[in-house]
Amino acid sequence: MNWTSIGKRLGAALVVMIGISMLIFAIARVMPGDPARIALGPNASAEQVAALRAERHLDAPLPVQYFEFLKALSRGDLGKSLYTNRPVTTDIAQFLPATLELCIVSAIVMVLLGLPIGILSAHFRGRMPDHLGRLVALIAVCTPAFVWGVILQLFFGYFWPIFPIEGQLMQSTPVPPHVTGFLLVDTLVAGNGAAFLDALYHLVLPATALAMSGLGQCARLTRSNMIEVYDKPYVEMERAYGFRPFRIATRYAFRPAFIPTLTILGLEFAAMLGNAFLVEKVFGWPGLSRYGVEVIIRKDLDAIVGTVLIIAAAFLIMNILVDILVGVVNPRIRLAAGRG
Amino acid sequence: MSEPGSPVVARRGGSRAVAAFVGNPLSVLGLVIVVVIVLLAVFADFVTPFPDHVGPIGDFAAMSAAPASPYVLGTDAMGRDLFTRIIYGYRLSLIMAVVVLAIATPVGVIVGLVAGYKGGWTDYILMRITDVFLAVPPLVLAMAIMGFLEPTLMNGMLAITAMWWPWYARLVYNVTRAEAQEGYVLAAETVGASTLHILFREILPNCWPSILTKMTLDVGFVILMASSLSFLGLGVQPPTPDLGSMVAEGAKYMPDGWWLSLWPALAILLVVLGFNLVGDGLREAFEAEN
Amino acid sequence: MMLAPTAEPVLTIRDLRLAFGSRRNATPVLHGISLHVRTGEKVALVGESGSGKSVTARLAMGLLQESPRTHATGSIRFDGIEAISGGREIARRRGNRVAMIFQDPTSALNPTFRIRGQFRDVLRSGDRGIRDDEADRRAEAALAEVSIPDPKRALDSYAFQLSGGMNQRVMIAMALANRPALLMADEPGTALDVTVQAQTLGLMHELTERRGTAVLLISHNLGVVREFADRVYVIYRGRMVEHGTTAQLFHDPRHPYTRALLAAIPKISGGGLPDLPERSPDFDQPMVVHEGCGEPAERRP
Repeated sequence: MNWTSIGKRLGAALVVMIGISMLIFAIARVMPGDPARIALGPNASAEQVAALRAERHLDAPLPVQYFEFLKALSRGDLGKSLYTNRPVTTDIAQFLPATLELCIVSAIVMVLLGLPIGILSAHFRGRMPDHLGRLVALIAVCTPAFVWGVILQLFFGYFWPIFPIEGQLMQSTPVPPHVTGFLLVDTLVAGNGAAFLDALYHLVLPATALAMSGLGQCARLTRSNMIEVYDKPYVEMERAYGFRPFRIATRYAFRPAFIPTLTILGLEFAAMLGNAFLVEKVFGWPGLSRYGVEVIIRKDLDAIVGTVLIIAAAFLIMNILVDILVGVVNPRIRLAAGRG
Repeated sequence: MSEPGSPVVARRGGSRAVAAFVGNPLSVLGLVIVVVIVLLAVFADFVTPFPDHVGPIGDFAAMSAAPASPYVLGTDAMGRDLFTRIIYGYRLSLIMAVVVLAIATPVGVIVGLVAGYKGGWTDYILMRITDVFLAVPPLVLAMAIMGFLEPTLMNGMLAITAMWWPWYARLVYNVTRAEAQEGYVLAAETVGASTLHILFREILPNCWPSILTKMTLDVGFVILMASSLSFLGLGVQPPTPDLGSMVAEGAKYMPDGWWLSLWPALAILLVVLGFNLVGDGLREAFEAEN
Repeated sequence: MMLAPTAEPVLTIRDLRLAFGSRRNATPVLHGISLHVRTGEKVALVGESGSGKSVTARLAMGLLQESPRTHATGSIRFDGIEAISGGREIARRRGNRVAMIFQDPTSALNPTFRIRGQFRDVLRSGDRGIRDDEADRRAEAALAEVSIPDPKRALDSYAFQLSGGMNQRVMIAMALANRPALLMADEPGTALDVTVQAQTLGLMHELTERRGTAVLLISHNLGVVREFADRVYVIYRGRMVEHGTTAQLFHDPRHPYTRALLAAIPKISGGGLPDLPERSPDFDQPMVVHEGCGEPAERRP
């Protein structure tokens, strides 16, 4: 993948991002009721409401408001949260890393478990391991993340208490100095191996719960794409030339099947960013969830818009990364880009 | 409309499709689950042992009672029968799913048909709008919409509908794009059929199998989404029995009151699984038919 | 022509019957066909699409037996083993004692791997412990033998970067790399244009002749068959209808189906199905075996 095509992808993402900002802006301003009144609550005085309206340009026509909003956005200003009384960017910078860390670990779990289940299913198509794999995948897909959270917590946190049920670290573990906000990274930077393991240990249950639905989807896609590939002439060639069946499954049939799977995994990551809200609530995870729910309940205008925009941006960036990865895995695209 | 020589509508009858569906034990299992749940929900007033536990008040003599007769699944902190409340939760979930799909499907279908058939700027603008909706994690979008609305049943449905239609637009758009090039559509154009006729009588019938399959799967997924919203406290408010809020409420009493969360959680799993099995079975049946 | 009537044929198929489908509701595809290929011999199996010729070759290699929807009976003796029910023994011989060349060489090579990796795995089925550098050396030699100008570069290419003719040569090199006793050629190069097809067939003929590799050529192109084969079997709807040496069959076709087939040869032989009637009751007449063509039954005293 070369720079031109990456640039093109970034351009397209920017267009979608502007669309998202318009959408969320429209939702925020067009909904019935006075946003300033909703934000301040029924007990605020008329002057307070008027002051807030003036401060947020709420009396200006919508396009002007949107322009003001964009102008602020271009300075990296997402406004002020009425809930924490801090800039929204500060809040997000505080809470986002824990959420991203959870999502990234979950994505790794999803791929590490989902792909093998799909490969085994396809390899043993129509036999016992396939039926088992499909059932596991189906149940994983059909169960909301919070249900997994509750079930895992109940069984592996309470009934058979081998994993912690809450938080990112044990009370006794010293919190490493803030460098990136990602605990796994910060503990390593601090050179504290025990704290790193503790952080990882705390991630097991929430990351598994969050990974489940993507994991099931990943297994199902891998299976169906591989079954399609198994009908290709080149797989017949590989069988006719005595390639080991296991090697065909894990290498020669897997790679062509993985390319279409990869594209969908980007979408699964998007769903994860949303579902993280559910899992964080179950495991008391100090991420964006509590903040997001809190600001939604409090009708905290700027904070809601900011949170949604950041999550959408994370999703778009993820999708561009996936596209680049597809280019690396698929030699046709890689070589075409290399020539162009 | 069946002019001679126009291979329009899928053949009626579909004995092969029925055979394919019935031949798969998992599809049949799904159908049984779905039918039982729907019947329980529809006749909830008659089949539940304690219909009055739908409200805020239960049996104060049996608060947080572990599963035992007469409360087979136990009671919650208010002494309300969990089995009863789960059945009523099912009723609410099913109503939500039906309403959401009844609005989201036609909207998405029309957008997809028009964008796919008209092409040009109409196509570009409609599909970019669709892309914008698809670029936000579904739950986050629904949460954001709920952020500006009161957490009520109606608004919950509205929020979910707003994020659901783009998927149908995408689906129908892809089919329409392919079908618009087919001979029978070109033939209809040549004889001067109206756009409406072409869209709804020529192209739409070809979309039905995928739409129906998706709708069946989506009953499950709308329930999943609705319960996720209410789990976060952004959906239906107490005392209305709702599966998501029951799980959230029960989580406060873990692990001693394990049944408070576990049963509603499994109830969600069961209904989503049921509709998924039926949806998968339908897909295979439609494939067998062609 | 190297007929060696005393030695056991490298491949002997006897009364092969095959049905596809569930056990209760299976569709018969082969109705008891028999054929044999001797060491170094070039035998053609001729028939229209769907007559069962490709399926026969794949069964002989044990490629179809794994599926529970395949029901095969009869006997397939290859290289001293019985392969009718597939299994390990025949699997071990694939790519090694028996190899196959496919209709469309470009789609028969994996588009996501370089030729190098695939060639290594081909050589590995002949010699499990072969090292990568040794494999690459042998691959280069094999590619040079099929007149590929820059073997190193071909090894570093993906199939979609090479021409169809080039891929066909790669395929032939892979097929013969482990010096198999038998080469199955399933409509080789039908997907290529006629001149390239002729070139690669010539190449295949020359190399197999030089090494004494037996070939079972599957084709519906009688022009190719006439040039290439020593002996011909004609198959029609899962039944053998005629068997003879190439000369016998082309000069004196006796079965109505063979006659129809020959009558339908276009003047300039090219690909494509001959234009002949779909069905005729005459075509179901019993099999005709020409004298002295080596049909085992004749050798009985």
